[in-house]
Amino acid sequence: MTMMNKSEAIEVSGLTKRFGQVTAVDSVTFSIHQGELFGFLGPNGAGKTTTINILTGLARPDAGEIHISGIDCTVNPKAAQHLIGVVPDESNLYPELTGLENLCFCASLYGMRKKPRQSRARELLDTFGLTEAAGRKFAGYSRGMKRKLVIAAGIIHNPKILFLDEPTTGIDVASARQIRQLIADLNGAGTTIFLTTHYIEEAERLCQRIAFIVRGRIVRIDAVEDMMRLTEGRHVVQFAVSNNVAGLCEQVAAEFPNLQCHAVTGGGIRVESSEPVRVGPLVRLLEDHGAEVSEARKVRPSLEDVFVEVTGIEAGAMKQEKEKAKKGGGA
Amino acid sequence: MKAWIAFWNILAKDIRSYYLKPPNISWGLIFPLAWAAMFFIRSGSGLDSIRALLPGVIGVSVLFGTTSLLSVTVTFEKKGRSFERLLLAPIPLELLMLAKTGGAILFGIANAFVPMIMASFLTDLTGVNWLTLLPAVILIAVSSTFLGLFIAVSVSEVFEAQTFSNFFRFPMLFLCGLFFPIEQLPIWLRPLSYVLPLTYGADILHESFDGAASLPVWLDLLVLAGFCMGLFLLSLHNIKRKWIM
Repeated sequence: MTMMNKSEAIEVSGLTKRFGQVTAVDSVTFSIHQGELFGFLGPNGAGKTTTINILTGLARPDAGEIHISGIDCTVNPKAAQHLIGVVPDESNLYPELTGLENLCFCASLYGMRKKPRQSRARELLDTFGLTEAAGRKFAGYSRGMKRKLVIAAGIIHNPKILFLDEPTTGIDVASARQIRQLIADLNGAGTTIFLTTHYIEEAERLCQRIAFIVRGRIVRIDAVEDMMRLTEGRHVVQFAVSNNVAGLCEQVAAEFPNLQCHAVTGGGIRVESSEPVRVGPLVRLLEDHGAEVSEARKVRPSLEDVFVEVTGIEAGAMKQEKEKAKKGGGA
Repeated sequence: MKAWIAFWNILAKDIRSYYLKPPNISWGLIFPLAWAAMFFIRSGSGLDSIRALLPGVIGVSVLFGTTSLLSVTVTFEKKGRSFERLLLAPIPLELLMLAKTGGAILFGIANAFVPMIMASFLTDLTGVNWLTLLPAVILIAVSSTFLGLFIAVSVSEVFEAQTFSNFFRFPMLFLCGLFFPIEQLPIWLRPLSYVLPLTYGADILHESFDGAASLPVWLDLLVLAGFCMGLFLLSLHNIKRKWIM
């Protein structure tokens, strides 16, 4: 039995979950401080949702220990459920109930009496800009409205800790911006947030610390600033290419072995080096191989670059994969 | 207290969302009426046969009403993942499942009274032993509901719930002594009758209407209560094993 720190909101040690021969979560250890916004990043099937399911009591671990606000939830996952709120990756409220009825029903699950739950539901509908839709059935809401109401349902009982699983996936830009602001406000008000997302820029903007998870294992866990230090002294140039030419990165690697090259989703390449990158020779090389270079620009290294370096996974591909799964009805 | 607020609201939501919906109310009325008419016409023995048919019709009404709705609604909520909200609520799983099944139990009890009310206009129901009839109706509703829960936990699709329900229900129509005595079944089929909960419920119903039970009523009640407990515990075990993986 390890010693647990009561000031930590969540402490997880050696968490392991297997489904048959597949190890979905493999000896995962981390802790989240009270009031922290913690990001959990990884590609599809990395073990993000399984980890949330175990922490919230929807799945049982095969090994490891879980403490939530100092409460040992390893054996009894119900023990801390009154302290947590969960926003799943799917909008799973009741389609036959109105927005107001859904929130009141969710509040009743946490033992809230009629008057307090109605006033809290109206307050949240107002905060999330859904007052006018309060009397409409959930089935008739737009995707963005559904996500907002699901988040409102997750915080209806004022939880100390909120689990957000892909809160902005598959919704329009305006709604996503609004939701990000709401997440920042909630965290500002003291709620500890465990956020999974495949939008790395979203995690970079919102989170204080981040863990990268790949094939069930945490490959790096650090504060965002410390992660970004990995990119210090890195020079990145992105080339936009208007026609589709295969094998450009291979040509760059053969000609300039000191450069690291990645294909960019939507066309083009991204070149990185510890030395300043000379654009002219690269443009000539690309054009010699039939590429029509429409733009070359220096870019600030981002958390996405750190993610690619640490995990070896192309972040754009991860995002596309997730969006595709969402449109196809997958999680 | 907080857990009971959740219990009551889950029960009230289900009654409003599922059991008080016009299609389900009409199902509760038309189905018993159709069964009653079918057996009444088939027997051809006039209005006198209504009282003899009533235990069977009550049993069928409760069995089909409860199992159909519960297995479908729970499977529907599980598939739409709204059931996860209930599993995340800080209430004991036992209380949660009692709340989820409460609506079906009440619906089953209400279904039992539909043929009784109709029959009261056509035949004389004096002499019915209500002291045995009421506990029998309640226990049949509870055991049938928990059978529906057992089915819901065993399947993942709504259509599977219906198919699997029929796998149990249709044999029960003939094996449980609802419309003809178990003694008339081939001898090799009789042991099967005694592993089905409705057999004991039907026996008490026959006792209540005609004083024609084949087992002591206390034994029927005890076995039926045992089935209720067993099916509920088995369903809880399966929920923990299959839904909280």
